[in-house]
Amino acid sequence: MVEMRMRDALREALREELLRDERVFLLGEDIGLYGGSYTVTKGLLDEFGAKRVIDTPIAESGIVGAGIGAAMAGMRPMVELMTINFSFLAMDQIVNNAAKLHYMSNGQINIPLVIRMASGGGSQLAATHSHSLEGMYAHFPGLRIVCPSNPADGKGLLKRAFRDDNTVIFIEHTANYSLKGEVPDDEDYLVEFGKATVVREGTDVTLIGYSGSVHQATRAATMLAEQEDVDAEVIDLRTLRPLDMDTVIASVKKTNRAVVVEDDWKFGGFGGELSAQIMEQAFDWLDAPVARVSGKDVPMPYNRNLEFAALPSEEDVVDAVLSMF
Amino acid sequence: MPRRKSKVADGTNPPALTDDVLRDIFERMVRIRSFEEEAGKLMESGRIPGALHLYVGEEAVAAGVMVHLTDDDQITSTHRGHGHLVAKGGDLGRMYAELFGKAGGYCKGKGGSMHISDVEKGMLGANGIVGAGPPIAIGAAFSNKYRGTGNVTVCFFGDGASNEGTFHEAANMAALYGLPVIFLCENNGFGEYTRQDRHQAIRDVADRAAGYGMPGVVVDGMDAVAVYETAGEAIARARRGEGPTLVEAKTYRYFDHVGVRGMGVVYRDDSEVLEWRKRDPIDLLGSRLEELGVMTREQMDTLQERVLFEVREAIAFAEASPDPTPDQLLEDVYTVTAGAR
Ligand SMILES: Cc1ncc(C[n+]2csc(CCOP(=O)(O)OP(=O)(O)O)c2C)c(N)n1
Repeated sequence: MVEMRMRDALREALREELLRDERVFLLGEDIGLYGGSYTVTKGLLDEFGAKRVIDTPIAESGIVGAGIGAAMAGMRPMVELMTINFSFLAMDQIVNNAAKLHYMSNGQINIPLVIRMASGGGSQLAATHSHSLEGMYAHFPGLRIVCPSNPADGKGLLKRAFRDDNTVIFIEHTANYSLKGEVPDDEDYLVEFGKATVVREGTDVTLIGYSGSVHQATRAATMLAEQEDVDAEVIDLRTLRPLDMDTVIASVKKTNRAVVVEDDWKFGGFGGELSAQIMEQAFDWLDAPVARVSGKDVPMPYNRNLEFAALPSEEDVVDAVLSMF
Repeated sequence: MPRRKSKVADGTNPPALTDDVLRDIFERMVRIRSFEEEAGKLMESGRIPGALHLYVGEEAVAAGVMVHLTDDDQITSTHRGHGHLVAKGGDLGRMYAELFGKAGGYCKGKGGSMHISDVEKGMLGANGIVGAGPPIAIGAAFSNKYRGTGNVTVCFFGDGASNEGTFHEAANMAALYGLPVIFLCENNGFGEYTRQDRHQAIRDVADRAAGYGMPGVVVDGMDAVAVYETAGEAIARARRGEGPTLVEAKTYRYFDHVGVRGMGVVYRDDSEVLEWRKRDPIDLLGSRLEELGVMTREQMDTLQERVLFEVREAIAFAEASPDPTPDQLLEDVYTVTAGAR
């Protein structure tokens, strides 16, 4: 185990995969010489050269499409799109091609492509730079959606993403990049997809988060324990597709209450999916309707106070929990 | 440095370059520089949050173009948009207030530096998405053509943005429909930290114009008079109903992609910055005005002081402006549709 930050853990994963598999190469805007918008790819150009770490023009649709084509032709590319907000320019390639071609081609075409992007607000960059849309991508069958909350998972899930024969949308919360944690230095360390973790055990209520919101849920659980004598269980989904409902349902059957926490908009968000599945699978165990704590239904405002108010907080989670008793 | 001398697209009536116009261009450039330098200081000291993409070094482009436009002519801007709005006559107080995120800002503090718009001035918005402008610009141009207003739309975009598919789609449509739009590429040599020769195989973005079926012109973007003349041709051409032009202004940003620091960065040599600074657009025009006897050094100094005073007043207004209140968070997601049944 080595202590490192998320950005360094992700870089370790990329390094190890570049070393392990000749077919792996990286494409993205400012990932080479500059080292990436969040410095995740820093140093990789020096180590692996311009053949494998490629600075691209600003052309999201083009670079994702190139990743798809290279993957079809037998490579294992990774494309970095800076932020999830910019991935909209590549939406057609992602949805109409990456997600569908395996199915439509009767399994002839595989697209083992990793598409990395950052999500999350809180830096006063306003509505074109600050959204969290993991749930939107989870809507599309054919894509894997991965959203780590800590450095160990970041490394293990990213390495696992390169081993997958499907396209993986790998979403990193900007607030997590500097987060430190213990990370296995074993180069065969992989985190399996579709396995949620219970990050805190509890008996009174289940708090479900992913990516950045795991930390709000965990802080809320501490507040609930210290101030309200409520013992909350916290689940980190880690991947939205595949989705580990078994862990969620087992927890809800124990606690009888569930709160979903996410940065995304509530209307049509992933929390709605979770809530519906809990209702379908554990209706008789629920003592209260599933609650959703999420971002406000607005484009992200720039002003600090408004942005703060638009994002969910641990206090919002505590309030939601208390209203269930 | 520009590789080709500016040459005129076609059309034969360049607007007259009077002393008043020269002074006007100069004043707009000084105002942009002052606005940006003060904004940079405020960002450095942490008083302005977020990310500022400053326009220092590129002033001749905005000023040389904007003197041709009225409030009824539209522009689309970019993430590096302050200079465009200052040159188009934007209210400095409301601009700073937006940078501070205050309720007195152009967007009530909801948009910030990358998203300022002023529809009354025909400024259809800075944009945090690279390449978002060109399709919007052709839509505005379409409406001008449809309604026969005689107005034009100028679409500012960077060399980096010229690689987005949106630019290609918009340029093709503009030429196809003969729209009154000017694609004004501000080629400052970089898209973020990537030098132009590492993001496209051509040296002149203007070369692409031929592929769309419109004229393409390269102009020295440090020379405000050259910009004025070249943009004037293209704008006159559009007003005459002869369709779009791609104008590429070769320019340079002195500061970093975001913020103020421009020297000691990994992606370019300091000597390159110094080389460009030798042809500073404000100095160049200033010397010319002096030679022509249009303005004296004292008059220029007085102007600079007056502008700085104006800028400081604007900052004071912005700082005194209140924050938006929490109840404003949910406002303006939708407009109220009057009389819909
Ligand atoms: C669609 C999209 N991709 C990437 C970015 C990140 N980004 C912001 S500015 C910029 C560079 C733009 O270069 P250019 O168009 O040349 O304008 P300049 O910054 O040089 O003025 C990039 C890549 C973005 N904002 N939007």
